[in-house]
Amino acid sequence: MGIELYRIDDRLVHGQVVLGWGQPLSLGFVVLVDDQVAVSDWEQELYRMAVPPEMDIYFSSVADAVGRLPGWQEDTRKGILITGDIESMSRLVQRASRIAEVNLGGIHHRSDRAQKLRYVYLTRDEESALRALTARGVEVSARDVPASRAVPLSELLDGGGGT
Amino acid sequence: MSEGVPSALAIVAGHADFAEGMVSAVEQITGRGDRLVAFSNRGLSAQGVEESLRALMEEHGVRVIFTDLPAGSATLAARRIARTRPEVMILTGVSLLPLLQFATRVGPADREQLLTDAERGRQALQLTDAPSAPAPGGGKERGN
Repeated sequence: MGIELYRIDDRLVHGQVVLGWGQPLSLGFVVLVDDQVAVSDWEQELYRMAVPPEMDIYFSSVADAVGRLPGWQEDTRKGILITGDIESMSRLVQRASRIAEVNLGGIHHRSDRAQKLRYVYLTRDEESALRALTARGVEVSARDVPASRAVPLSELLDGGGGT
Repeated sequence: MSEGVPSALAIVAGHADFAEGMVSAVEQITGRGDRLVAFSNRGLSAQGVEESLRALMEEHGVRVIFTDLPAGSATLAARRIARTRPEVMILTGVSLLPLLQFATRVGPADREQLLTDAERGRQALQLTDAPSAPAPGGGKERGN
């Protein structure tokens, strides 16, 4: 078991994660890798309140996550690891092993981003960062909830991803 | 009736069309949908949800927020706002009945009233069974 999903989602922990993925995967834990949340007790308490009592939540900076990742990957429960942006996930992938797939779960509208899907908007730099991930052998696809189709990065960047 | 005391407004915040649907139902049942302002998190980042919610609160002078999911992005945003605005009250997991109670109440909102509304909503959650059929020969005849 261990980490079933490596997800980039700028809402971090929210309904889609806790219920949308949490219920069908029977998640036992969530790992939130975010440098800002990792140093804020108040933010951590906010996210603790958002997960059900049977689910653990762990907080980590990207740097610390590199060392803790093997433990989470070997956990007997199922888990999901989330970063709030592509840059954090890229840093983690570069420094950690055994991340074969990355899920784009929600990267929302910003004035410098172009829409790729209903829930994915990207800047040119973010597109490049995702292409770099695939060049490292990581399979990148977009999928907000388990019931929706996984849209491969190539399709996403070619503009044929639908909604 | 507390005439002259302005009635409180509240924001209903949630996923997709949840809030719009709830406000629509309140309007149909009570004609007081104008007491509620609908907000959807659709298409917004966590930061976008917080900024939009904060702006809506300022625009309408709202200090009561109803949200759909305790773990939802609207709830998290509301809690962030409440951190710097302690007068803000948040009721999560809201259903129609508490909204009806709120919308038909006159005067400013307070915490005790919201707790009462929440309890009404909890009590309304019931698993109801169809009445069991009468035993053969034992039921009363129904007139027609």
